[in-house]
Amino acid sequence: MKELNRIQNPYHDDKVIDACSIFGAMDTTGKRFSGQGVIRAIANMHDRGNGLGGGFAIYGLYPEYTDLYAFHIMYLSQKGKQDVEAFLRGNFHLIQAEEVPNRLAPAMVNPPLVWRYFLEIGQRNPEGQAEDDYVVGRVMEINTRFTDAFVFSSGKDMAVFKGVGYPEEIAEYFCLEQYEGYLWTAHGRFPTNTPGWWGGAHPFCILDWTVVHNGEISSYGINRRYLEQFGYHCTMQTDTEVVAYAIDLLMRKHGLPIEIVARVLAPPLWRDIEQRPLGEQKLLRTLRQVYSSLLLNGPFTVIIAHHGEMIGLTDRIRLRPLTVGTKDNLLYLSSEESAIRLICPDLNEAWNPIGGEPVIGRLGTPLQPSPMAVTKRVPVLLRESKKYPIGKRTVTPK
Amino acid sequence: MKTYLPPQFLVERDVEKCIKCKVCANQCSFDSHYYDADDDEMKNRSENCVGCHRCVTFCPTGALMVRRNPLEYRENYNWRPEFIEDIIKQAESGGILLTGMGNDKGQRIYWDHLVLNASQVTNPSIDPLREPMELTTYLGRKPDRITLDSDLNLETELAPQVRLEVPIMFSAISYGAVSLNVHESLARAATEVGTMWNTGEGGLHTKLYKYGKNTIAQVASGRFGVHPEYLDTARIVEIKIGQGAKPGIGGHLPGVKVSAEVSATRMIPQGTDALSPAPQHDIYSIEDLAQLIYALKEATHYVKPISVKIAAVHNSAAIASGMVRAGADIIVLDGLRGATGATPKIIRDNVGIPIEMALASVDSRLRQEGIRNRASIVISGGIRNSGDVAKAIALGADAVNIGTAALIALGCRLCQQCHTGKCAWGICTSDLFLTKRVNPDIGSRRLANLLHSWSLELKDMLGGMGINALESLRGNRLHLRGVGLTDTELDILGVRMVGS
Repeated sequence: MKELNRIQNPYHDDKVIDACSIFGAMDTTGKRFSGQGVIRAIANMHDRGNGLGGGFAIYGLYPEYTDLYAFHIMYLSQKGKQDVEAFLRGNFHLIQAEEVPNRLAPAMVNPPLVWRYFLEIGQRNPEGQAEDDYVVGRVMEINTRFTDAFVFSSGKDMAVFKGVGYPEEIAEYFCLEQYEGYLWTAHGRFPTNTPGWWGGAHPFCILDWTVVHNGEISSYGINRRYLEQFGYHCTMQTDTEVVAYAIDLLMRKHGLPIEIVARVLAPPLWRDIEQRPLGEQKLLRTLRQVYSSLLLNGPFTVIIAHHGEMIGLTDRIRLRPLTVGTKDNLLYLSSEESAIRLICPDLNEAWNPIGGEPVIGRLGTPLQPSPMAVTKRVPVLLRESKKYPIGKRTVTPK
Repeated sequence: MKTYLPPQFLVERDVEKCIKCKVCANQCSFDSHYYDADDDEMKNRSENCVGCHRCVTFCPTGALMVRRNPLEYRENYNWRPEFIEDIIKQAESGGILLTGMGNDKGQRIYWDHLVLNASQVTNPSIDPLREPMELTTYLGRKPDRITLDSDLNLETELAPQVRLEVPIMFSAISYGAVSLNVHESLARAATEVGTMWNTGEGGLHTKLYKYGKNTIAQVASGRFGVHPEYLDTARIVEIKIGQGAKPGIGGHLPGVKVSAEVSATRMIPQGTDALSPAPQHDIYSIEDLAQLIYALKEATHYVKPISVKIAAVHNSAAIASGMVRAGADIIVLDGLRGATGATPKIIRDNVGIPIEMALASVDSRLRQEGIRNRASIVISGGIRNSGDVAKAIALGADAVNIGTAALIALGCRLCQQCHTGKCAWGICTSDLFLTKRVNPDIGSRRLANLLHSWSLELKDMLGGMGINALESLRGNRLHLRGVGLTDTELDILGVRMVGS
């Protein structure tokens, strides 16, 4: 049994602490575009990382294989590769296998062997199990059973590319400028404690869900204990893993839409809830009562993506940055506005969303204008209430 | 029989300062002070002094001082003075030694071996002076998940929930054990602050029905004062199985404290001892508990959470699991240090386990079984300050009860004479001359102030940890570290050693 935690977190810290740059771009018409802009944008935020992790997720990547699970696997030895390939043959129809194209890059130190496999489940799936659940089970099996192998991407028509290095170096190594997709997310990492491990870079991926994340979640301890009750085991001890599992539980298993999930991860203040119309009040209160252990407290910004949707969300008092830019059908999410302006100087709109308010890009749905532009809404934090008059118990504007 | 018992305290009077105003004699309910008309002098009987400081506090000239009797025994680690004196008392009385308040012995206090975390660099601490900081807590059963219809309307109906503005409630302290003024002080403070107080097992005086929204009504083995209106008035109904000060036995109220008003409220004859049976005689097993829980739910039309309180004992984790499965919406664990108005000293000091360990093991067990959300956990027994509260929440408690701390706010000095009914501070007595010493206007102010102070401190600690809602600390044991604990202790607490 492989102890992922030992690789990911050699000093056995409570959790792996890291801060970062994040970027996302989506064409809501589904038109695929090259990653060159995204690579330039994330490279523009070079100083937000420290060269110990960079990565990308691309959706609409393999149009010729849209119905096949694309596994991207990193190997530390030929033996690992042989064992895992035998496992794959035993559990899937292996349609195609190839090394992920890469080029010699001077910055890459000791890169692992990275291969991709296009897989079909066919008759291999035992009766009654959903295909997705079967795939999740096999991914977990490989990642814990085989010492020298790690599946870091497992969705259809999408993939993650990541490793140790600055994101622009990872892009160069994997020749990402040659790929096209309708949705890209990118990440540059600044871990404070881990030596480079390729699997530890973002995005984190299971099926077609990916998460890039900037933050350190103060509620990690209880988030993890809560998720353990539902059978999720946080083997990597990162905040990001907790976000990914929380999203999986709420969206995939409990069937809640992202608008509702955002209210769980970053709920409004109790006193704000009490001011909403009755029906909404009851919904928000119940969500917070039932899922209180999934409130993500402390600073975070995440970009969550799956096919057809890209979501940006910050913690409820926005302790980490997120800027939104829109240009016609294009939605950009970024840690810094400069990165968006670099590749799209003539944005229709750019704004910083209110803490805890999700920004959602949906395939086939026109982009919504900035909520500030429409209603000139005063952020809740600034609203004066009788109980907490400004001056006596002041709250500061963000 | 001449007593061989030496005085516990010496009362010293500075005759230079004494103005013979007799305040000390009037205030002392233990007859320690008296005026000697022949000598025109205030005198005292030190052997009666219990060390409650009432006289010292009220002496207008500061002429009084109470000291431990310096009388030395020959050193003997085994035969410490307390054991010698207990034997003397029993040789003279032939009975069970009664005492008041909680265990005062040296068993490890785990709160003192736990420390909290704070944010530095990698995430910001949050400033409670400038940012919202939420302590709101809802007690009651929560479902595993919620369901919405296709229009995103809520389909899930929650079991009854009770909102607390601070996660600190007042422990069960019965009317009769304490005076009506104390009950009124607790009820008014709880109402003002937005938390709950608890009737204890002696019923609820009709004068206090108006505080029902903030009242937990207890149903104990003696069923004192339990009737439909009592249950209807309260917000939560609590089944008392046991308490930390006397696990395994029932409440004791000496007949001397059963005054006319107490008698009416408890529905027992005046002057009779109110001795609750050791077990609830309709609960000999877990399935019987389920029946009583549902009997009370039926009686209250499923609009009130039903709480079940037990003393923390060796198998608390398994018992708590059974209680949750039996339908308890709230479980209350009362630890080794839990206090009382009267208990056999030998039981108080030797039975039960520290609340920190009980809490940690119960919370862990309920999570392992996937049923932690089905009941709120409330703990009590020795919570001394907001640091203890924060640590309890981090170990997994939804809220804490404070009893002793509340009584200290009203004047209690832990002299452990509650069982005598002579409390000089007017708290644990039904003597009308003494009970008026607690003025509910002032008492409720002092109690509300205490809760207010602790909530400000809790907010400061939360902000330091980079958390702005209490629920993110609840069960978040990564914010705790242990100092000077063994591996086994750390393992049970689910806490890592400092520095790791």
